[in-house]
Amino acid sequence: MRRLLSSFVVLLAATSIAGAQQATARPPVDNCRTCHAQLDDRLGEPAKQFADDIHATRGITCASCHGGDPGEEDMAKSMSRAKGYRGVPTRKEIPQLCAKCHADGAFMRAYNPSLRTDQLSQYQTSIHGKRLAGGDTRVAVCSDCHGIHKIRPASSPLSSVHPQQIPNTCGRCHGDAAYMKPYKIPTDQLAGYKTSVHFEKLSGGDLAAPTCVTCHGNHGATPPGVTSVERVCGTCHVFQEQLFDRSPHKAAWAPLKMSSCLTCHGNHAIQHTSDVMVGAGKGSICMTCHSESDNGGKTAGRISVALTGLDKLLGEAAAVLDSAERKGMEVGEARVTLSTAREKLIKARVDLHTMDGAHVEETSKSGEKLSQQANQEGVQALAEYAFRRKGLALSLLAIAFVVVCLWLLIRNLERTSAGEEAGRSPTS
Amino acid sequence: MALMLQLRDWWEERFGKDLFSFLMHKQVPRHRHTIWYYLGGMTLFLFLVQVVTGILLLLYYRPSPTEAFESVQFIMTKVQFGWLIRGIHSWSANLLIFTAMVHMFSTFFLKAYRKPRELTWISGCALFFLFLGFGFSGYLLPWNELAFFATKVGTQMMAAVPVIGKWLLTFFRGGEEVTGATLTRFFGFHVAIFPLLTTMLLGAHLFLVQYFGMSTPISVEQAHKDKPVPTYAFLPNFLLRDIMGWYIALGLLAALAAIFPWELGVKADPFAATPAGIKPEWYFLFLFQTLKLIPGRVVFIEGEQFGVLAFGLGAAMWMLVPFLDRKKEGPLRRLPAVIGGVIVAYIIVMTIWAWRS
Repeated sequence: MRRLLSSFVVLLAATSIAGAQQATARPPVDNCRTCHAQLDDRLGEPAKQFADDIHATRGITCASCHGGDPGEEDMAKSMSRAKGYRGVPTRKEIPQLCAKCHADGAFMRAYNPSLRTDQLSQYQTSIHGKRLAGGDTRVAVCSDCHGIHKIRPASSPLSSVHPQQIPNTCGRCHGDAAYMKPYKIPTDQLAGYKTSVHFEKLSGGDLAAPTCVTCHGNHGATPPGVTSVERVCGTCHVFQEQLFDRSPHKAAWAPLKMSSCLTCHGNHAIQHTSDVMVGAGKGSICMTCHSESDNGGKTAGRISVALTGLDKLLGEAAAVLDSAERKGMEVGEARVTLSTAREKLIKARVDLHTMDGAHVEETSKSGEKLSQQANQEGVQALAEYAFRRKGLALSLLAIAFVVVCLWLLIRNLERTSAGEEAGRSPTS
Repeated sequence: MALMLQLRDWWEERFGKDLFSFLMHKQVPRHRHTIWYYLGGMTLFLFLVQVVTGILLLLYYRPSPTEAFESVQFIMTKVQFGWLIRGIHSWSANLLIFTAMVHMFSTFFLKAYRKPRELTWISGCALFFLFLGFGFSGYLLPWNELAFFATKVGTQMMAAVPVIGKWLLTFFRGGEEVTGATLTRFFGFHVAIFPLLTTMLLGAHLFLVQYFGMSTPISVEQAHKDKPVPTYAFLPNFLLRDIMGWYIALGLLAALAAIFPWELGVKADPFAATPAGIKPEWYFLFLFQTLKLIPGRVVFIEGEQFGVLAFGLGAAMWMLVPFLDRKKEGPLRRLPAVIGGVIVAYIIVMTIWAWRS
């Protein structure tokens, strides 16, 4: 009985503790939102928007930024200076206000341990941060990019800092000629970017495609300098950068302050590359500085011949294999060979950044060999197809001959037996 | 001919005259439905083609997920006439099921299952189901994408069998998923277990066919009420016609293999997403389409389970037709033909529907 009683007491205590824990897990009272949600326009809208904000979903209240006492029902008391109410922060105060939590590693760990906490220090190194410190409040602060009361995580497609939203977010200011007028910088970046191969990939759903922040940084946004941008391109286009560093252009362009990648590919409006960019023909970029007869022009010509030659061979081999495949021939292995040859063309196109004609030719030659091998296999498959047709025709002739012989044999047998039966018949 | 006579003498000295005299005197009824008699022989011929080409393929085929696809590719591109052997094996498999199906339905509509041929019918049905098993197990062996996912969908249906479904699924897959274990298991079924069962059943079926002779359709019997139905000799008249049909089938197989080589596709990738429009072989399409159309829940059981149960029951009833069709006279005597007609129409409509969808 005593054991039963003690068990009951333990159970009761456990239930009480669980109940207490449940009470503490309840969302904090937020009278700010209760009252503001009933207001219209400027005073009501933030409260309505905040319902879907990442902060609201994690238990952060209005008072966390605006101060005051959300537990107090009396408006005058809850929004009194005595309760720490600070109202709407000024633009200059915003980075520090956000950083109160976002720069506090211990605090942020409770919400998202993987989130960085160096945004403020990064921001202070950026042109935005420096100008803000200098008193220019027209530059971007946290809320300009992330929003104010409807902030969503960057992974959300609805967030203004989601990769696919970033160009428009940056372009809101940088694409506004009137707004950017005092800074005397171009405002065609967004329009240019939207014609680029990078934007094509991004809008096609490739979230790894570069956006403004990939090259310019996000919190530590800096204007582009000659060396910085060439380093940025190389973070993705590693081999191109390494090979370019070995090229004669590297040393020749540095004193002229010509940017390595931008000189040929441009910056925001980067287009699909093509083999006509090299060589002496129409659309050649090489001919902007070189002439056909100088050494650079000759090298460009060699490279062009190597690339277009391999490309042509690849096309021919693919056409032969397509034809064989359409006829039902198995050319899987030849397809693998052709795919390896195509990789050689890609490598040769990367190798051209060395501006070493011999090096590109070496790569393209190995690709040509593989293309010819694949082509040969395709030709053999087509020959095999023709052989099969002839073999089939001969076999069918032989089979038809046997069938006709059998038919004649059957007819003969049956005529003979019919004759014998007729001979045995009493009526005959 | 002299050699044949010598051989006959050699045989008769040792085993007596029974077999040769039986074959020499065996007669086959000759009437307007005689053409249907040739489909059994045609199916047998195609089965023998399968055995011969299957053995040849075995010389190079390797039943493992890392080598199966490559070995079939090797057969098709490097082995002398390997493409022809594989092409004939694949086409013959499909023609075999087609001729077996037509043979079975012609037997049904001509009521050739009547007493005393009940066991001939049952053994024939069992052989047909075995051929379907051959088709299903052989489909996976090249280990290409289409076969892999079709097998995944096909074996998943086994899970719907009440009580033993889960066990069946694990047994046939050799685990929870379609893996290399499934491939070796299917290979074992395809080249050892099914051939053994088929040989035994086929032996019994052929013995029964020879023992009872060809059945004469009721309409022909009635038309020749007072006089015997005309016949011709099994040897050589019927057999020569059979051989003629086999030659034509051989020509058709060669033409199909040369003009429409059986595709190999791309190697199976178990981690890839199921491609859109995965369908089983044509002979399973009506089952597939039916299961797709059955609602999620029928009365008190799951739709898929209901479908599998219904088809299981249907197959059992189909095999027991000789015992269910007892009415020789009266309005109900035509009922089996009507039901058979509905079944054939259903199979054709569902197959076309699934094919086009």
